[in-house]
Amino acid sequence: MARMKFLCDADRCIECNACVTACKNEHEVPWGINRRRVVTINDGKPGERSVSMACMHCTDAPCAAVCPVSCFYTTADAVVLHSKDLCIGCGYCFYACPFGAPQYPRVGNFGSRGKMDKCTYCAGGPEDDFSTAEYEKYGRNRLAEGKLPLCAEMCSTKSLLAGDGDIIASIYKERVMKRGYGSGAWGWKTAYKETVSV
Amino acid sequence: MLTKRRDAVSGRARLQGIAAGLASGVLDRRSFLRRSGLAAGGVAALGGLTLGSVRKAEAGPVVANFKIDRKKNICTHCSVGCSVIAEVQNGVWVGQEPAWESPINRGSHCAKGASVRELVHGDRRLKYPMKLVNGEWTRVSWDVAINEITAKMGEIRDKSGADSVYLLGSAKFSNEGAYLFRKFAAFWGTNSVDHQARICHSTTVAGVANTWGYGAQTNSYNDIRNSKTIIFMGSNAAEAHPVSLQHVLTGKETNRANMIVLDPRFTRTAAHATEYVRFRSGTDIAVIWGMLHHIFANGWEDKTFIQQRVYGMDQIRAEVAKWTPEEVERVTGIPGAQLKKIAETFAKERPSTFIWCMGGTQHTVGTANVRAYCNLLLATGNVGVYGGGANIFRGHCNVQGATDFGLDITNLPLYYGLVEGAWRHWARVWDVPYDYFVSRFDEVPAKAGRPARTRKENMETPGIPSTRWFDATSFAADDVDQRDVLKAMIIFGHGGNTVPRMPDMVKALEKLELLVVADPHPTTFAAISGRKNGTYLLPICTQFETSGSRTASNRSVQWGEQVVKPIFESKDDYEVVYRFAQKLGFAEAMFKNIKVENNRPVPEDILREINRGGWSTGYTGQSPERLKAHMRNQDKFDLVTLRAKADTPEVGGDYYGLPWPCWGKPEIRHPGTHTLYNTNLHVKDGGGTFRARFGVVYPEKQPDGSTKDVNLLSEGSYTLGSELTDGYPEFTYGVLKKLGWDKDLTQDEVATITRIGGGNPDAVGWAIDLSGGIIRVCLEHGAIPYGNGKARAVAWNLPDPVPVHREPIYTPRADLAEKYPTRPDGRQFRMMNAGLTVQKTAIEKGVAKDFPIILTSGRLVEYEGGGEETRSNKWLAELQQDMFVEINPADAAARGISDGGWVWVTGPENQSKARMKALVTERVGKGVAFMPFHFAGWFQGVDQRGNYPKGTDPIVLGESVNTITTYGYDPVTGMHEGKVTLCQIKAA
Repeated sequence: MARMKFLCDADRCIECNACVTACKNEHEVPWGINRRRVVTINDGKPGERSVSMACMHCTDAPCAAVCPVSCFYTTADAVVLHSKDLCIGCGYCFYACPFGAPQYPRVGNFGSRGKMDKCTYCAGGPEDDFSTAEYEKYGRNRLAEGKLPLCAEMCSTKSLLAGDGDIIASIYKERVMKRGYGSGAWGWKTAYKETVSV
Repeated sequence: MLTKRRDAVSGRARLQGIAAGLASGVLDRRSFLRRSGLAAGGVAALGGLTLGSVRKAEAGPVVANFKIDRKKNICTHCSVGCSVIAEVQNGVWVGQEPAWESPINRGSHCAKGASVRELVHGDRRLKYPMKLVNGEWTRVSWDVAINEITAKMGEIRDKSGADSVYLLGSAKFSNEGAYLFRKFAAFWGTNSVDHQARICHSTTVAGVANTWGYGAQTNSYNDIRNSKTIIFMGSNAAEAHPVSLQHVLTGKETNRANMIVLDPRFTRTAAHATEYVRFRSGTDIAVIWGMLHHIFANGWEDKTFIQQRVYGMDQIRAEVAKWTPEEVERVTGIPGAQLKKIAETFAKERPSTFIWCMGGTQHTVGTANVRAYCNLLLATGNVGVYGGGANIFRGHCNVQGATDFGLDITNLPLYYGLVEGAWRHWARVWDVPYDYFVSRFDEVPAKAGRPARTRKENMETPGIPSTRWFDATSFAADDVDQRDVLKAMIIFGHGGNTVPRMPDMVKALEKLELLVVADPHPTTFAAISGRKNGTYLLPICTQFETSGSRTASNRSVQWGEQVVKPIFESKDDYEVVYRFAQKLGFAEAMFKNIKVENNRPVPEDILREINRGGWSTGYTGQSPERLKAHMRNQDKFDLVTLRAKADTPEVGGDYYGLPWPCWGKPEIRHPGTHTLYNTNLHVKDGGGTFRARFGVVYPEKQPDGSTKDVNLLSEGSYTLGSELTDGYPEFTYGVLKKLGWDKDLTQDEVATITRIGGGNPDAVGWAIDLSGGIIRVCLEHGAIPYGNGKARAVAWNLPDPVPVHREPIYTPRADLAEKYPTRPDGRQFRMMNAGLTVQKTAIEKGVAKDFPIILTSGRLVEYEGGGEETRSNKWLAELQQDMFVEINPADAAARGISDGGWVWVTGPENQSKARMKALVTERVGKGVAFMPFHFAGWFQGVDQRGNYPKGTDPIVLGESVNTITTYGYDPVTGMHEGKVTLCQIKAA
């Protein structure tokens, strides 16, 4: 089976936020819930780079590891989903997640958080595909329609890629070869220093 | 903290109360999503309103297993022209899918495009006509509104004249809507009809058209994929035209192209550049002359190109010689070595393209700036080639089309001007006697020593620019060169916060007898003043709720189909213009040849009328049938050349969207013109030359006082396969006869020409030949109907024929203003432009001491234009919740201002002040501040949310930058100075 992944080509991301509003539009995500967001580093300075972030659908997902009610599961396409029926809104996954993906509908020191919500890779939830219950809780199920996540499909500069890990890796590799300068991936220089060229 | 820029979560709470009023603003996601199903979406949005005939606003979630229709339209925001695919169930827009087949956006969108569905959900839209009754918004019916408005218009016309009613149109119109509105103004009898181009690219249109013929982007977004060097100057395309960056960045990667950004601000575009150059706002000409200094000094110019195709470059060379690297650095702040490097790159690593936007155009020297850019392109031979050209990114979805169709105080549709010949041409097309139009215009009495104007003279006199309507309202009647001052503003689709000097504007608003805002939203105009009566709001639907064509920045014309019927009680522009015309008594004549169904003129028919008259600009080949075929076959067009293969059914050989000029009648199947002035192609393949519109010779003054006739036709340069292998003038029937080509005309064509020519058929030119015969025959011989001329480096008919640097009116450099003062005061467009007096007074008063920070402005990706529409869109509003001013850390530290803290910004005129948040950032240099221009709803510290009709207030409100911006107008177009003024900032 495919291993579905997101990859944000930071050399192309212009922080236009199409991914953010596409997600909101597709799933009717309410105000205050951000399944996807764009993070900008070195804002306003040379070296400014933006990266679009959402749930990364980790292979060994920390959210799933800490969840006290085991509401997470990984699909055959390697998408990490969760059951809102099981979720108790405890917020552990929020602390565990390195990307800040889990979102909660309510905020406040003592109020309840409500059921956790996060990026579903446009793959719905445990309910039957295309069922009203699935749509109500998780939004549209594009993967089951044979489509990819809308955030990537609508990306203004084709920076955000989604799809089978091997395929998007080969697209990205081809881009890097064409560019002939380093990699657009943010953190490349930290990881490989200036001396390593592509 | 400014919410989106640094942290996406923290801003969540503040606007929740406002957002909660939205149908989907409920915070419990489960209860929110539970309300699925077709009818659920809009009921909550309407709150306690009784629905009556109001159509419910529905853009609810998808219902499983229910038929989905796909409708294709074009995004209504910027000028890139992204296709939008709407999924519609049972008349409700439920989802948006990527339009992979569009060669322009290939499925992509920016934040605005990806959320256009919300516009038709319309939580915050104006739902029915309203009027102010003693300061209270009251619902009225369409009939009552139109009866009262037209009655009042008639009253003003009788008392003060037709020119006292100002008709402000919109770049959000379709082509057909724009054309109708211009036609409406002609029937009403005024030339004061304008739209957003005045404040965005009017100086581009004037500058570029005066250089080489047409005022438009020469190449296309897609063509930038061919460029080796790309300069952005005063353009932040990453925020203003995000999808264009798809082409730019791919080109940059595949060609390893140089991407150079020159801007006073380190923009998001600059973040992706190979070189960023910071310069002082308002010194563009000095920068360009500085580059040309190096180019001429080192012989990097394209000598053959200049010799064959450019007039007057020697005079530019003389001016440029004065701009030594030292002087350039003193004026602009750019280090000499850096400028030399980019000059060399631009001249040598070709093809090079030059991209500009409002950073270049919104200046008192806007037109001169534009001509300087053109000169850089001409000197380096970068016009008329793939990968080169002036890629002028226009701002709105149809600002190009609205400009083309004459929502302009100096033109009838398609740049025919206002001369008698132009009026006669359109009178023929419209099938209405010329004398009727003369009779509709005012007679203007002699005033303050200025001569009177007859009706005919007034009809040929440009109107008042939209940047100064409020002066024309507030000034004494003697100071305005028309019968009376303005008494009424009829505003279709235009924000109220888009022009500087808002405190002056508010005073004028309160003076108007009639204010009509026809728009999907109430706009700032409705909320900002203390008006109590005589104010009407008419709900107009968006382009998604009607059909018609729109012209993208690259001149491609795209047809949008209706996605859903107009929501609530809103109507489309066509119907409203028709109803106005009906009440004013000229509907029958105006719609003589246009089919009207249920009070709605049919847009296809309007386009056919355009096709019958639009010869000058090649708007004749784009029939509705051809445009619809293009939309059906989008996937057949090449991504880079935009051309379909010759054997493709329906669209074979065409360029996508038949970019104008698309010569001749639709039947001759001209493919459109992807790249203007490209001599490497046959005219039938979209080739062209510079337009010979400035005559054949120019009597040039020599240093010894004599004059010498200089050839203005090109020399030895011609389009591929042309039978004429040298320059030639514009074609007339007479010219055809001389060449013996008149034999190729059909009898019918000759008959039409003879009819038009009256006693002198030889003088009938290609642009007024309604048979299209002259154009057809020219193409057969490989010649271009508008002639083969030289581009003009020197535009002798404009102020400063050779562009010269002039300091902004409010300059921080009093020392330079002495050497480079602004233009002398003078009367333009019926009023005084007292720029020099204002500049001198400011310097004498030492304004720069009290207001030491340069203030500039620009766009954010989430919002557009005046921002009412986008700030009402919950998905966009959430991303930018606060108006802010960007301030350099050094300036902030000196003033005790912290990031995210409240500040007061004050300006040098009207004791203006505005309260907003500070964004402390190195994005702006020391001594510079930047504000986005999309905000309104707060005025001088006062929240005006309560002034909007209930339920129509945008989610996000904020202070407008134009509360602070100041006096200054381009002498050629009346463009305001939106990019340089002075301000002071204090912690609040």
